[in-house]
Order: sequence, then C-alpha cells, then structure tokens
Amino acid sequence: MAGITAERISVIYGKRRVLREVSLEVAAGKTLVLFGPSGAGKSVLLRAIAGLEPNTQGLVRIAGADVSALGPERRGVGVAFQNFALYPHFSAFDNIASPLRAQGVVAGEIGRRVEKIAALLKIGHVLNQFPRELSNGQRQRTALARALVGEPKALLLDDPLRNVDAKLRYEMRLELPRLLRGFGAAVIYVTQDFREAMALGDEVAILAGGELLQLGTPETIYATPNNVAVARLFGDPPMNLLAVETETRGGETVAAIAGFRFRFVASAEAAGKALLGIRPDALALVPAGTRGAAPMTILADTPLHDRHVLLVRAKDGNELVVSSRVPATSDEVWVKPDVALLFAQASGLHMATAVQERAMA
Amino acid sequence: MVRPDLLKLVLRGLALAAVVIFFLFPIFWILLMSFQTNTQILRLPPRLFFAPTLANYTALISGTLHTASGTLQITFLRNLGNSFLLSTCSVIVSLTLGVPAAYAFARFRFRLGENIAFTLLSFRFAPPLLVLLPLSLDFQQIGLSNTYVGLIWVYQLICLPLILWIVRGYFEDSSPDIEHAYRVDGHSWWRAFSRIAVPLARPGIAAAGLLAFIFAWNNFVFALILASADKQPVTVGALAFVTAAGIQYGQIAAAIVLSILPTLILALYAQRWLVEGLSLGAVKG
Repeated sequence: MAGITAERISVIYGKRRVLREVSLEVAAGKTLVLFGPSGAGKSVLLRAIAGLEPNTQGLVRIAGADVSALGPERRGVGVAFQNFALYPHFSAFDNIASPLRAQGVVAGEIGRRVEKIAALLKIGHVLNQFPRELSNGQRQRTALARALVGEPKALLLDDPLRNVDAKLRYEMRLELPRLLRGFGAAVIYVTQDFREAMALGDEVAILAGGELLQLGTPETIYATPNNVAVARLFGDPPMNLLAVETETRGGETVAAIAGFRFRFVASAEAAGKALLGIRPDALALVPAGTRGAAPMTILADTPLHDRHVLLVRAKDGNELVVSSRVPATSDEVWVKPDVALLFAQASGLHMATAVQERAMA
Repeated sequence: MVRPDLLKLVLRGLALAAVVIFFLFPIFWILLMSFQTNTQILRLPPRLFFAPTLANYTALISGTLHTASGTLQITFLRNLGNSFLLSTCSVIVSLTLGVPAAYAFARFRFRLGENIAFTLLSFRFAPPLLVLLPLSLDFQQIGLSNTYVGLIWVYQLICLPLILWIVRGYFEDSSPDIEHAYRVDGHSWWRAFSRIAVPLARPGIAAAGLLAFIFAWNNFVFALILASADKQPVTVGALAFVTAAGIQYGQIAAAIVLSILPTLILALYAQRWLVEGLSLGAVKG
C-alpha cells in the first residue's frame, strides 16, 4: 500500500480557501479519478500533491515517504499538464528525456528508454521534431511519455485529454487504462468528463467548491450519490431531479409524482418537501398499461451513441429525461422507473433509495 | 486582374522608397560628407559628385587634426573605445541584475513588488540634470567621479529599467507550467530558470539588451558631467571638432559614420534573434 496519500490538504489564496481539508489515498497500481466542475479545485489539489502550490497545508506521502516539505523536483512524481507544457525549444526526444537527464541516467540508457516509451505511445517516428511541428495528439502523447518515462511512483494527469479532438480522446480512453496498469504507479487523473471517469477510475473522488463530496467506486457513486450535488454532477445525461411532497405512513415514506409512486424506508424527517432523483437510464419504455408505468408525451428525441435520449412530459406537467435502448414508436409512450433516490430538500443529503411500488394511473 | 495588382505593386514600391529616402537620406548625406573636405562641404550649392578624400578618416585614426590655425590632438579612437567599454559593461551589468529581477516580478507576487518595479521605471522619467548635480558632488566625495565604474553605475539608470520592463513582459507571456514541468522532471529551481525560462525569453532579452546598448551608446549628459577627457565616449568627444578655427564638419561626419557602425552591426546581428522570436511566438498556440 504505497502510492499516494494526501491528508487534510488545504490551499489558501489570500482570504480565499481554494481547497478545504481534502484527504485521499491511492494504492500503487490503482487509478483515482478526480471529478468535478471547473473551478472545483481539482488542478489545485494535483499541484499541491506535486509540490507546485506554495500555499499548501497538510501532509503528502508518496510511496510511504512524507514529501510535504520537499520541492517538486524531489517528490518523484510524473505530471501531465492540461496544456501539455512541452519545452518549445527542445525536440520531442529531449522533452521526453528530461526526467532521465535529471536522474543522471547515462546517455545510451536514456536513448533506449525514450525509444521504448515512444514506441508504446506510437510517437517513435516524430522524436526529432519540435513541439510546434507536432499535431495536438502527438503533443499530448509526448507529454504523457515525459510523465511516464521516469517510472514515477505517483502519476498525476491533469485532464490530459481535454485539448485533443473527440476521436483521439476515444482512442486514448481505451488505451490509457492498459498503459497505466503496466506501470504500477498510483495514478490521480483529473477530468470533467463523466465517461472518462467511469472508464478510467478504480475509484472516483467528487470535488466541488474545494471540498471532497464523495469518494468511492464509480458504480457506487453512480448508484448512490450521497447528496444532490454529486447526483447532478456525476451522470450523462444528468439525473432527473423533481421536487416532491412526501408523506409518512406507518414507518414508510411515500412519494407520488409524474404518475409514479415510490415507497421508501426512511425516518420521519423524510416527510415533507424533498427532491426525488431518477437516473435517465433507470427509466424504460414499456408496453402501454404495464404495471408501475405511466403515460408520457415525447417533446424531443436525440440519439446518443446506441441510446435514445428522450425528453418526456408527464400528465402532471413534470418533465423527465429518459435514456432508452429502444427508439420510441409514437409520441405517446409508457415509462417505467427502476429505482429512485430521495434527497433532503434543505441539506441535499441522500436519505433513501426506493424501488417503485405501483402506478397510480 | 493583372493591371490593378501591378499598379498596387508600383505604388507600394514608391511609398516604400519615399520612406527609405526620408529616413536614410541624412545618413547617406553624412556618409558623403565624411569623404569631403570642409571647403567642399560648405560650397553652395552642394554637389553630389566630388573628388573623395580620406583625410577625415586619417585625421581621426592618427589623432591629429590639421586646421587653419594649427594642429590639434584629438582622442577620437580613445572615445570610441570608451563608448564601447561603457555601453558593453553597462548592458552586461544590467542583464545580470535585470533578468533575474524581471523574472521575480513576473512570477512572484510579493509585498511592494509593483511599487518597486514602478520606482525602477520612474528613474527613466527623471530629468537627468536633476539627478546629475547632487550625483556629481557625491561621486567626488566617494572617489567615483571620472571612473569607468562610476559611469557604468550611473548608466544603470538608463539600461536597468528598460531591460527589467521589456524582459518582464516576455516572462509573463510564457506559461509557468513549462517551468513547473521541468521542476517536476527533477531539475532544480535554478536549472528551470536558466534552461527553460531564460531561453524562452531570449528574443525579449536580445531586444532589451540591444535597446539598452543603443541608449547607453547615445548617452551624452551623464558622461559630459561625470567624466573628463580620457573617460569620455564619442558623443562627448565629438565636441572636440568644434575648434577655434571653425567647426570641422568633415571630421564630425566621419566620426558619426564610425560611431554608428558598432550599433548598426549589432542591430543587424540581433535582428536574427528578434525575427526568430516573433515567429516562435506566432506558432506557440
């Protein structure tokens, strides 16, 4: 269990606290995805771990050693920057060789290791070129190669696919997990892209407003976000959130909305105003009259990969997004929910998860 | 389609020629004057064709000036050497001090940082004569008047703010992430500065150094007051051509030609860096 440990990391700029006591841990060989909206403090946390943030409080351990007091050059981390940060006056080869030169590796060995990593990243043919002569994709691979070549114990990737085109992003999303596993480093990967987070993360940390909102496997966070903010952020298309009035009857909390009726096992404080969350892919199109389903009118239909994203309106006027595997055959559809989540109105905390009981219609 | 293009080309050529003549004619005229005797120069109307003479140059190089009222010793070559020494040393000192300072002002926010930077700039607003009077008294007391060290020190008033402000802008333009990446690779702060930050700002440093050199070279009043004959640069030394027997236009012209040569050569040489710098910036993306 070496890897990266960050304990109670805070970063303060003047009076503004950019990061508030964030703690996390990544085991060697595992990837933690830092996920959150822009301005959440993801890059700041990464820089704090790398030693590039002078206003950092807290403890950073890399491979078991406390590096909090060390400069970035002595922490033994590899970093890929969002803007690539290649040295414009060095060739691609010299860019990649830079960490090895700093370690004092002999020239022949440098050549061998640069060639090896370049071959792995498919940039072996452009090593003599300068960054300005490279395509965006090649720049991004060069930056990755530079971060990987020194075989660091900790690898920090700051949204490395942000500035590359969609096709390349797709390729790299498939290629990266295998590549990273081969190095056995503890990886922290920053992204704003939900699909990247799902594809790459052994664990996901949701960061917003400088605070860690939730830490867990992508599946856990997707299934049970522990508050509304996480539910809103994590998911594409995002979760449907409806304001409901709940009633408590004999130890059960019942929420009825959009023609659905949900039963929760929740404490009495769940009664009253709350937010009901239903994932678009927890809603399915079913034959008319199916038990538990409700009729809806289709307002819009957008294909997304193999799915159809439908915007539908229930009889009570509530609008829902449905992500369906099958296309809608008419403007009137019957929709059946699978699971729903109940969040407290004021605090946004997750209170209960329910399976639908039956349709009211 | 061809005709308007041709017309445009001709008009552009004419416009360029007009600009070139406007700026280069005085220099060209001085060059002609430097090969003429005083009588040829003062002839009316002036003539474009004449029997050229090297007398002006030989007088400057040999250091003896023959005038109607006798022979004068002049120290033009020594002045030229002084100019060279003073300007070069001033620029070297300014770069050594100014480039790290510019980096600090560009990269770090510290208490009174902006105030210090502005104060340094304000040295350039102050009228030199205002500074010179007390300075010459002080220099006499501490034994710095009429020394190269003293002059180079005072020349920092000209060079340092220029270098500081130009180079600072170049440092601010390059992303700090590039230096951060180099640090993370395992290189020390100093290496990131000297191997990454300075080379990336090189076009700016070259431009600032060149400008500082020209400003120092052209300075007149500091050296006039703080140095005596043997330490004076060409700008002050040219006063020697105003003699009892009249103004030696021929020698002045020859002296000007010789004194603009070093800056001209330097500018042509540095142009390479300047142009490279511009094109590097254009594709930085």
